[in-house]
This record gives sequence, structure tokens and C-alpha cells, in this order.
Amino acid sequence: MEDSKELIIEAGKAEKNYWSDIYRFRELFFILSWRDLKVRYKQTVIGALWSIIRPLLTMVVFTVVFSKVANLPSEGTAPYAILVYAAMLPWQFFSNALTESSGSLIGNANLISKVYFPRMIIPASAVITSLVDFAISFVILIALMIGYHYTPDIKILLLPFFIILCFFSAFGIGLYLTALNVKYRDFRYIIPFIVQFGLYISPVGFSSNVVPEKWRLLYCLNPMVGVIDGFRWCILGETDLYVPGFILSTSITFIFLALGIWYFRKMEKSFADNI
Amino acid sequence: MSDSIIEVKGLSKKYILSHEGQEKYTALRDVITNKVKKLVNTQQNLKAPSQEEFWALKDVEFSIKQGDRVGIIGRNGAGKSTLLKILSRITEPTSGSIKIKGRVASLLEVGTGFHPELTGRENIFLNGAILGMSRHEIRSKFDEIVDFAEVERFLDTPVKRYSSGMYVRLAFAIAAHLEPEILIVDEVLAVGDAQFQKKCLGKMEDVSKVGGRTVLFVSHNMGTILQLCNTSILLNQGQIEQIGKTSSIVETYYQSNSSKTLFKVNDKSEVFIKNIITCDENGFQKEYFAFKDNIVIRINIGINKFSSIQQIAICLLKRDKKRVFTVGKLLSNFYKSDQSEITLDFMIDGGLIAPSEYSFLIALNNKSGSITFDWHEDICPIKIYDDGTDRAFEEGYDYGCIIIKENWNKIKYEKIY
Repeated sequence: MEDSKELIIEAGKAEKNYWSDIYRFRELFFILSWRDLKVRYKQTVIGALWSIIRPLLTMVVFTVVFSKVANLPSEGTAPYAILVYAAMLPWQFFSNALTESSGSLIGNANLISKVYFPRMIIPASAVITSLVDFAISFVILIALMIGYHYTPDIKILLLPFFIILCFFSAFGIGLYLTALNVKYRDFRYIIPFIVQFGLYISPVGFSSNVVPEKWRLLYCLNPMVGVIDGFRWCILGETDLYVPGFILSTSITFIFLALGIWYFRKMEKSFADNI
Repeated sequence: MSDSIIEVKGLSKKYILSHEGQEKYTALRDVITNKVKKLVNTQQNLKAPSQEEFWALKDVEFSIKQGDRVGIIGRNGAGKSTLLKILSRITEPTSGSIKIKGRVASLLEVGTGFHPELTGRENIFLNGAILGMSRHEIRSKFDEIVDFAEVERFLDTPVKRYSSGMYVRLAFAIAAHLEPEILIVDEVLAVGDAQFQKKCLGKMEDVSKVGGRTVLFVSHNMGTILQLCNTSILLNQGQIEQIGKTSSIVETYYQSNSSKTLFKVNDKSEVFIKNIITCDENGFQKEYFAFKDNIVIRINIGINKFSSIQQIAICLLKRDKKRVFTVGKLLSNFYKSDQSEITLDFMIDGGLIAPSEYSFLIALNNKSGSITFDWHEDICPIKIYDDGTDRAFEEGYDYGCIIIKENWNKIKYEKIY
């Protein structure tokens, strides 16, 4: 019992050891995502293939609609399909992560009302689960590049940075929404709407270069604009990154993250009573 | 530093009861409409507040020493579960503080955190991680857990196909092997069979006696509490009524539960029963008896007409109205013709009737049973509780009506001729 520390539980006081608890429960992040993945594909026929089919079909439709019907330009010499898919990847990741994490607390209500562990692990592991889907979908991008004989820029090595950025923007907003969802169940109706709406206001089917110059900065208030532009910049490397917009988008992401953590921590204490 | 492992000071927990909304959760719509209503009616303030405070716990204070096995007793709604929830950090107290030294593992409900689709093996890792075990730790205990839970054949079966008994066994096995400094167990063992309950209780005893760990145990099974716990806390409406040795706490708990039975007097016949109570040897009325206590049934008989054939019969009835025993005596043994009433005591020696619930049948009749003067069936319910008999672990199971002294002998020769 030498390692046992004294724990003090007091009303209204954030425990000092919250973050060390998160570290102590670090394996739980992966075990919960592993559980979600394992359970998701039980009793399905094509299982993990779903992570490929969904973005692939959406990509085909977007390419046809925006390139052939609307006649929007691509970036430089990049094939339009790759342009769309480079944005579809982070967008799918974001929308999955947001949907999963914002419903995660409600989905694990039995755990929350019965066992203690830092609650933040639940939405975080939901985002990690989506990261696995992201990795599977990434294979398609490689296949597309081979198919179009398209050589990516060396900047693709910077991609992990933008993946992390995408992770944070989904996690920050997800934290906020999942905490709200515990209290106000209205949010489960709002979330699909946000995701659907977001798909059209984010530059998924088109390059953000088609946005008129004077609206460009305003457009970058959407945190996903920064992430998607970053992805395209890394993968296609055809145009320069619009730096002011990117900085704005990234700042918004981190503001949301900070807000999300703050609000989540504030609400966390009463989850068990409200859920 | 004191040697107490848990120190609770001024602990309170308040819940807000809302009388208006029946919904389990708030909808944003309601919040907005209420805010608008408030804005409109600032002056009028028409509605009385529809919320009420409810103190699930109020100013609870106690401390627990390392290695103690503590029973928490109380009626439904006394605050037992709230206390455990606060101790295991699931919910936050409204005021007060708790100091805990060491890791707490709580077993609050059967298979919490089990995922029905996953197999037993997968669930061991999942549940272990939820309770705070590292993968390494789980792997080193894996065989022990499986062995204890007796599920080795079903390790690769999804737990949704498990019986409820298997479910609890596995859940308990994981929590018990966590080796926490403090183990919290809330009323979970009721599901397993007697043999497994015994095993669990044995394990808990082991954990605390050998491992020097602390166990907090909530149960409505007094026999189990008496057997397992050395100290107990009696909660009543969110407050501590008594802390102390388990046996005296259980006694207090039962006394506070007593209730009088309604009884119809039938004063037209020759002899009739005016009143019956159950009490101890000193005439102190009670309905709850420890196994070793003597039980006295005190019968007040009214007499309209003397006759020498009048007889009283007393039967002890089990819950299913089967008779445990019958005794009878001619009333002429007790009274002369000029008396209008008499009171008789009949004592059942303690240490014989098995812990359970019983009631009485009292009849006034003639010896052959052809004339009945008065007849009361299923009255004066009593409860005999287990105060630590050899059968305590099987409390709640029908193992018979009496407990006898166990005389076992091993015979030298193996053959029986």
C-alpha cells in the first residue's frame, strides 16, 4: 500500500489528480475504442468495408456534381476525384468523430452511473475510433493516386500535423456537445443537422479557391476550412496555403477545444445525476 | 496521521426534486420557454416554486479503519447507495469532505461495463480497464479470475448468452481480483446461487483478513452482514442513526421496523382471544428475533363461560402456511370458573427455529376439534434473523425449518456393513 495516495473528495472542488487519473486510465482510451470497433462490425456482412464504401461513393457523386455538372475548377493539375477525396477524408473523420463523441456519454450511461473514471475518456475514445476508420479510408486515397498516376508532393509528410488538427477540432466540439447532450437531449437532433450543413459550407466538393477573395477570411471562421485546406496543401501541393485564413481556422479550433474542455469539466460532476 | 483509511466529515448530498416535469431530462425547448415566461412575468411571479430539495444524505460523519469490514444497513431510501456512489466518486457531494487512502473498487451492479456482444475473455479486459487495472495486471490475474468465476468453458461465448449467475460470477471475480485497498459491494450477490455467494463472502473475508483490505458492504441480508462485517453503520433518512458492533446495529435496525398487527376480537363465544403479542422473556414486545433469542407469544384470553373441554392450540406457520409444530393444552389447567380473563405465555426456545419469516395459528377448541371457539390463522408475523449460524451463507434459501447441532464424525473403516 506504499503507492496509495490520499484522495480528498470535496464539494465543488476539481480534484487535483484529474489529469494524473487520465494518465492512470490511459489504457481505457484504447480499450473503449477497441470495444466500439469490435461491436460495430459484429453481425454485419461486409464489416469494415463500410469505412471504404461511404467516402468512396460520396466522392464519386461530388466529383460528378461539382466537376461535371457545376464545372468548378480543380487545383492546378490535380484530378478532381483526388481533390474531392483529399477533403472527404478529413471531413468524414470530423463528421464521424463529432457524431460518435457527442452521443458517447448517453451511449455509455450505464458506465457513468456506476463506475468512476475520468469521463473525458469516453468522447476521446469515440474520436479515436473514428481515427481507425480514417486510416482505412486512407487506403483509397493511395489507390486513387496510383490509378491517376498522381505523385503527391513531399509536403505529404506534414499530413500528421493536420490530422491532429482535425482530431482537436472534432474533439473540442464533440466535448461541448456531448456534455450538453446529457442535459438537453435536443442536441441529438441538432448534431445530424450540423454534420449535414457542415458538408456544404466546408470546401469538400470544391476548392476553397473558388470562394471570392473578400469572403475568404470570413469563410475561414469554419474550423474545418483550415483542416481541409491543410490536407489539400499537403496531398496536392498545387496551390499555396492561404495563411491568414489558416491561422484563423486553427485559432477557432483551439478556442473550441479550450471551451469544450472547460465546459465538460464543469458539467462532469453532475453527469451521474443527470444522465 | 491516524490509521483510518476513510474519513468522512459533514457529508451531505442534495437532490432537486422537480414536481412539474415528469421527463427524465430537460429539453432545451423547456428551458427557453421558461426563460421567456420569466421575462414576461417578472412582476407577477405567478408560479410558486415547483422544486423541492431532497437531502439524500445529511451531515454524515464516520471513519473507517484499515482492514475493517463495514456493513451499511438501512431501509430503502436511507441513503446507502448515495453514500457508496459518493465514496466511489461517481457523483459529487453537495457539501462535506471525504479522505480516502488507496484505490477504491466498487461493485455496484452486476456486470456494469460488460458489453453483451463481447466474449467473456474480452469483457474481462474491458471491465478490468474500466475498474482501473492495467492490461498487464489483468493478464497476470486472468487465470485466477476465470477459475474463480467458473466460466472457463464459456470464455469465448458472447456474454449476452450467459446466465445471470455466470454474469455476476464473472463481474465479482474481476472486481475481487483488482486488489483494491477498499472494496465496495452493493447488494450484488443476491443473484448468484448459494454456493457462489458463500464463495464470494469467503473471498471478501479473505481479502480483508489476509490482505488487510477494507470492505464496505451493503445488503438487506442481515445474516450475511452479521457474518461478514465487524462494524456497521445504520442509516436512516440520510442520517447516521448508529455506528458500532454489527450485532447491536442489526438489533436496532429490526426494532425500528416493528409494526403492530390488526386483530379482530370475537367476543361472542365461550372463550375468545382478546389479544396476542410476541415479545422477549421480559415482556418487551418485538417481532424480530435473533436466532438464539427465546420467542415468547403472549395470549390474552377472554372467558364468557367455563368448561373443562376448552383447549388452546398454537401452531407455528411457515410462509407457505405449512405447520412447523403444534402445541396444545387444556385451559382448565390455568384458570378457575370465576375468572373472566387470563394471560398465557408460551416460550419457544432460541437456537432451534431456522431464520426465516413465520406467523402463528392460535385456536381455541375442544380436544377432538369438533367445536371451535375461536380461530386466528396467520397472525403475529415474526421474523427470525440469522445472527451468524452455520447456515448464514444460505440465508433466503429453504434449507429447512430448524437448525440442529451438527455432529459429524469420520469413521475409521470405510465400509458400511
